[in-house]
Parts: sequence; structure tokens; C-alpha cells
Amino acid sequence: MSPKTLYDKIWDAHVVDQSDDGTCLLYIDRHLVHEVTSPQAFEGLRMSNRKVRAPEKTIAVPDHNVPTTGDRDAKIENEESRIQVEALDKNARDFGLNYYPVNDIRQGIVHVVGPENGWTLPGMTVVCGDSHTATHGAFGSLAHGIGTSEVEHVLATQTLIQKKSKNMKVEITGKLRPGVTAKDITLSVIGRTGTAGGTGYVIEYCGEAIRDLSMEGRMTVCNMAIEGGARAGLIAPDEKTFDYVKGRTHAPKGAQWEAAMNWWKTLFSDDDAHWDKVITIKGEDIAPVVTWGTSPEDVLPITGVVPAPEDFKGGKIEAARRSIEYMGLTPGQKLSDIEIDTVFIGSCTNGRIEDLRAAAEILKGKKIKAGLRAMVVPGSGLVRAQAEEEGIAQVFKDAGFEWRLAGCSMCLAMNPDQLAEGERCASTSNRNFEGRQGYKGRTHLVSPAMAAAAALTGRLTDVRDMMTETA
Amino acid sequence: MEKFEKLSGIAAPMPLVNIDTDMIIPKVFLKTIKRSGLGVNLFDEMRYDRQGNEIPDFVLNKPAYREAQILVAGDNFGCGSSREHAPWALADFGIKVVISTSFADIFFNNCFKNGMLPIVLPPEQVEVLMKDAEKGANARMEIDLEAQTVTASDGEVFHFEIDPFRKHCLLEGLDDIGLTLEKGAAIDTFEASASQARPWV
Ligand code: SF4
Repeated sequence: MSPKTLYDKIWDAHVVDQSDDGTCLLYIDRHLVHEVTSPQAFEGLRMSNRKVRAPEKTIAVPDHNVPTTGDRDAKIENEESRIQVEALDKNARDFGLNYYPVNDIRQGIVHVVGPENGWTLPGMTVVCGDSHTATHGAFGSLAHGIGTSEVEHVLATQTLIQKKSKNMKVEITGKLRPGVTAKDITLSVIGRTGTAGGTGYVIEYCGEAIRDLSMEGRMTVCNMAIEGGARAGLIAPDEKTFDYVKGRTHAPKGAQWEAAMNWWKTLFSDDDAHWDKVITIKGEDIAPVVTWGTSPEDVLPITGVVPAPEDFKGGKIEAARRSIEYMGLTPGQKLSDIEIDTVFIGSCTNGRIEDLRAAAEILKGKKIKAGLRAMVVPGSGLVRAQAEEEGIAQVFKDAGFEWRLAGCSMCLAMNPDQLAEGERCASTSNRNFEGRQGYKGRTHLVSPAMAAAAALTGRLTDVRDMMTETA
Repeated sequence: MEKFEKLSGIAAPMPLVNIDTDMIIPKVFLKTIKRSGLGVNLFDEMRYDRQGNEIPDFVLNKPAYREAQILVAGDNFGCGSSREHAPWALADFGIKVVISTSFADIFFNNCFKNGMLPIVLPPEQVEVLMKDAEKGANARMEIDLEAQTVTASDGEVFHFEIDPFRKHCLLEGLDDIGLTLEKGAAIDTFEASASQARPWV
């Protein structure tokens, strides 16, 4: 048998039908659904009198629109948001889907909820009408975002029409330095490849630094594969993966667990598998980074300075000029001199328990800069409950953070959590696009530890300085 | 779905690179539960000021481009969020074709599901077409899907590649779901054997 990559193996196990031109019908094991990208798909089903083919493999949860304050049993005030969430309620119940309504403790960001409840397992195909579906690749599952027409297609047929992508290997060798996290890895890779560098590829992340990451860290890395343009990001499952999965509500049990493990242990790229592109980065070369512009590729070590448009080539010169103006920065300005108004810790990139622990570690016994707005939005109700149990919630509250209910929140500001015009935010989310966190809001992407450090000083800050302080 | 065969129309130039789907249709407009009506909010934050007045400098507000059906754009068009509201908004405005050196994967897929044609051409050719688009309303471009060509206003012809299956679906206006449901038996067979091999799924 010819050697295969992990991606090849998962792909081959899911091909239902292949046409002469290579177009495949791929079977989908898990379909995650949220309220923003699904209403038109369900409307389409109803109009053509179609059913959901596999409701037991379909999981729905509202996350983008839900308020993160107040009473979860109360009606959502914003009418359009309410209609969208109510539409998901109705669709989930009418079509018999697995559903976590707003007032269920298991509700949260769809990409946190899936793994947490054991829906996401190694070797699966996972899709969702959401680009950050790439997150689930951390389990060695082929996971990617789809559009609403494709959501309807999967609902109706449990398959997707796909062409195979190319294989890219991103290897992070050796160890990370202190203060450097999964977020810094993933941002640094995008800084290197650009936001289109992964277009047409599925990326497998490997190497010692990746192996060393927890499952949470691996999810952070895969989450942003899409920001590098890749269809999906993958990490081969190992003991950490199996340990994480074991015992979760929807994970296999007993004899089925044994059978699953037998297959899961074959899920790795063969030694001599073919790669269409390989990128190798030394772990020790990665620094804590921040973004300075309005594209996730605008990444620099926190020790750097704001670049000048002339530092770039081609169309990027104009884009950089526009970014620097939008962000209200001056070329040459030290990144660590940039003052912020807001800190947001949360999102499907960094809203998991380990992320909250990392931030709390920096904040313990300290107060945030006076006048700063700082909020923590746990990725799910379960994460929230765990953080409360561990005493982390109290650390945040004592430091001056708002302790919110689960949802997407200020990651995309579809709910009331938004930046005002010109406000500047150190954010653990994944997109720094113009207006992403509010009209004319300015976003700097950072790791949870860096966000906590920024909250203490009121400016973008090298977390390593704080670490020597506390040591 | 409507068939796509030929198009002769005005092309608007948008040389900016990395135009993301948040720019194409900001999230405040994602709260709809319909597919239609998004055209007025296409590129909303670039197109209108806070009071809702048109920003005259924005390309689609210029008299020459108000009826544009083609967009010639910078690299990596449609990156970011998977929202299909982006192609819906473009289509609702009247844009049927986007030409660029590269597209983000999900946006690219989404276009075909909505009878739209994203065309990838090499940088030199996109540059020529960008200049052509800058000539305004008198410079009409022609797109011929069957022949896989873009003809600039001066008659220069550029050939583009397209996946044969997607071309066929666009030309015939075929609905993917209908096509896949015809393969119902193959899906049944796959499901039966997969539930033997991986019963935990
Ligand atoms: S947290 Fe942000 S990126 Fe993640 S699903 Fe929600 S809106 Fe999308």
C-alpha cells in the first residue's frame, strides 16, 4: 500500500462516490449547526419537503447572538437576534436534532461544545457552517467550515461534494520558550505563510512543540488554520487525545472504545508520505506575538515596532497603509507602547479552561489598570462552571474583570458586547478585521497570557516581563 | 438555480488585497433569516458613513459603477468568515462574476452554489483587467463560460480554467442537493458498511 498522510487516511475512509474528474461525495460524521448560518438551510429543506437525513449526527447550539449577561431564561432583547435564536430552537426541535438551548449549562461556542461533549472524535469528518470548524482538527478529525447551501446539502444528504486538497506539513520543532503559547505558534505560522498561504491545502501540524501542547492548545492552533487560508488543520491523535476523549458523554464506551482505539491508533501520516508543501519552524524562534494590522497575517513579536507601508510589496503596500491608518498607529512606534481600552478573553480560539487558567495565573492577586474595560467570556457553560470551581472566576473578578456567560460575544460583536468607534482591544479571538469587534473598533490579537498582561498595564505588554516579576 | 452562460457588463475595480467577508457584508446584517435583500448593505462600512449617507469615493457609489455586474479584485478575495451572506449580498447587488488572482476556499465554493462565477487569472492578466475596469461604464467586459473566456473592452481575450463539474452545474443551473439525492443508494451502502466498521460514530 502506498504511504498516506493522515488527511489521506481520513479522506479515503469517507468517500461515498468518486467521479472521473476526481470530485467526491464525502460522508459527514458530525454536523454542527449554529443560529447564524443555518436558518436559510432549514428554510430550503422545508421548501423542498426534505428531511434531515441523520439528526442523530447533527448537533445544534446558539452561540453567536446570545447575550452574555443577565438571565438566560429571559427573552433576548434585540429582536433580530431573538428571531434567529428562536428559529434555531424551532428547527432543532422540528427536525429532532441534538440541541443545547441557551439555558442549558452545556450551551456555548459550537467549537467548544463539540469536543467537550465527546461529539468530536479522531478520524471523523466534521463540518459546520462556520469557518473555525478547523478547531476540531486537533483531534485528528477532518473538520472544516462550509457555506449555508452546503449546510442544507449536509442536512439533506449527510454528504458533501468535495475535491481533495493538497497536503501541507507544518512542523514546529523543539521546545517553546517560557511565555510562548499555542496562540503564538498559530499566529507566527500565519505571519510566515500569509492569509492565503494555506489556500488549497489541508495542514497537518506536527513536531515536538505540537506534541507538547495540551488538547486545548492544539485546538487553538487548528482553530486558526483557516486564517492561514487552509481548508483544515489536523494534528494526529495520541495518548493526550485519547485521554481527553475518554469518558465524555458521546465518546464510545466498553467494547466500542476498544474498537475505536484500534482504528484511532492507525491515524498518523506514514513516514514516507508525500507532502506538497513543508514548513518547518523552530519552537525556540517563536516569541510572544501581537497583530498590528487588520489581517491575521500582520503579526510581529511584541518586542517589535509598527512597520511602514513601504516595508511591503505589491498590493500589500496599500493594504498596510490602510491598516495602519485604521488602527491609528504610527510606523516605528513600539508595539509595547500601544495603549488599549479593552481586554477580551474568550472565543473558540481561547475560551477554554486552560486559556482561562493561563490568564488567571498572570492576574492572581493583581488589579487591572484603572479605567480599563476587561471581560472574560467562557467558551461554554461547562467551562464557566469549572472555572468557578477552581477559583479562577474569583481571580478574574478580584482583578476587575467582568465574568460573563458563555457565547461568542466580542469575538464578532453580534450581541451587545462591542467596541465603540476608535476603541482598542487586546483580544484572544482570531480575527482583527476592520469592524470585527464593533464599527471602527481596533483589535490586536494576542494569547490569553498576553491579554492578561495587557490588562494589568493598559498597553500591549510582553508577558515575559510579568513572569520575571512574579518569579 | 439560474443558469449562467454569458455575461456582458460593467466591471468595477477593487484592487485592495485580502478583502474579507466581514467587509463584504458586516455581521450586523447576518441576523436575517432570509437569503435576499442583502444587496443594499453590500460593503456597508466602506460604502456608507455612520449616518447612512453614501461615501462618494467608494467605487460602487460612483455613477459609472452603480450597475456593475463584475468585480475585479485584489488577491485572496473573500477570506475570513464562511458566511454565505457574502455571495448573497454580491448577487443581490447584481454582481455575478468576481475576477481575482486568488479566492479563499469557502467563498469560492459558496459562489457556485449561487449561480456566481469566481474567475482566477494570473496577476499580469488581473492587472490588465483592473486597468480596463478603471475606464468606467463604457468599458464593458464579456464573460463566456462555455468558451471559458474573459474579453476586455478592447477585445483582448483571456482564457480561464474551471472545474468541469462546476462548469456543468453553472451552465445547466443544477441544484447540488438534487444531484446528490440521486446517489441515495450509494449513501445507504456507505452508511451500512461504515456502521459496521465504525459503530461508535
Ligand atoms: S467565537 Fe468567534 S470565531 Fe469562534 S465561532 Fe464564535 S464568532 Fe466564530
